[in-house]
Amino acid sequence: MHFFQRLGNTTLASFAKLGRSSFFLTHVLSAIPATIIHPRLLINQLYSVGVLSFLIITISGLFVGMVLGLQGFYILSDFGAEETLGIMVAASLVRELGPVVAALLFAGRAGSALTAEIGLMKATEQLSGMEMMAIDPIKRIMAPRFLAGFISMPLLTALFSSIGVMGGHIVGVGILGVDDGSYWSQMQAGLDFQDDIINGVIKSIVFGFAISWISLFEGYDAIPTSEGVSRATTRTVVNSAFTILGLDFILTALMFGDI
Amino acid sequence: MQNTKTQDTLVGLFVASGIVALFFMAMQISNLSSFSDNSVYTVTARFENSGGLKVKSPVTMAGVRVGRVTNISIDQETYESVVEMKIESQYSFPDDTSASIFTAGLLGEQYISLDPGGSETLLAENGLIDITQSAIVLEEIIGQFLFDKAAEE
Repeated sequence: MHFFQRLGNTTLASFAKLGRSSFFLTHVLSAIPATIIHPRLLINQLYSVGVLSFLIITISGLFVGMVLGLQGFYILSDFGAEETLGIMVAASLVRELGPVVAALLFAGRAGSALTAEIGLMKATEQLSGMEMMAIDPIKRIMAPRFLAGFISMPLLTALFSSIGVMGGHIVGVGILGVDDGSYWSQMQAGLDFQDDIINGVIKSIVFGFAISWISLFEGYDAIPTSEGVSRATTRTVVNSAFTILGLDFILTALMFGDI
Repeated sequence: MQNTKTQDTLVGLFVASGIVALFFMAMQISNLSSFSDNSVYTVTARFENSGGLKVKSPVTMAGVRVGRVTNISIDQETYESVVEMKIESQYSFPDDTSASIFTAGLLGEQYISLDPGGSETLLAENGLIDITQSAIVLEEIIGQFLFDKAAEE
């Protein structure tokens, strides 16, 4: 009996949370036009969300590409197909690894920071203070951060994939001796702009939306104590990771599968 | 806290580098630079067997890629494979051009190779290539070879 009570309780609580987060999202989205008209706050947030994530994204992209080049070369050379290294590296980066790994890193680097910042604002009653001064915290705090995450994610993903392809080039062509021409030409012959690049960009836009939503809402919904903020930050990273991987499967099935 | 100008510059650089990366993906990684949809014409060829030919397989002339396969279907009356391909409009061929399906390398992907004829008139939009040579199916050749060997002995 106790078990069912807890199950019911958890279900109701998670539905209530889903409802609160949907209200929160519509509220934030309705505040976005105001942010676009006054972009100063947005630029500040683009700096802390985008520019500060630049380094981790580019360096990770470089190393992921280099490892792909190395591993791909060893497997492909067994079949005498080293020349197809370019398409292997580029396809895995553009279709899957780019959007997913960049999003996971972004959730860890920027999403957690957003949650902690907003959770702390709530714990120190800055959000209530703003409301007292008739400033809408959704407009002033949430909407610029949401938009910054939404804009940064596709740009960071494109950087990740491009630099990864360069990393594969450094290892494959520079060190292991794959032909430079076939590295690029196999890649161009095998990857389609519409099917591969655009779908990768769509994925990253969806992930950016999801991460921004999750991290802002977790901060806004945090219990206003130091423990509550710490838990909210953890939830942001965990929930973002689940959401990214789940959404990635669904998007891949829709885009590349025949489902 | 950095001053506003440095911050603006860094944000500008970030957005610019992101856009450059997107552009790089479009032009260098994918096939956007080499093929665009707006200047193509469609021709059709009928094959007895189109083998492992797929949509987007290349169409070549003398080893140069001139187009792509866009659709493969089956004709219910003749049981032939109907292959539709888009050829870039800068290339034109006589209407008695023949099409063959070859394999790049021993196990590589299959492609259509066009061989020009001597006719004066050119293939037009929605033209039909009459002379075709089907894909070579490896199993059939091996089977044929074994059969011939057995017959010799």
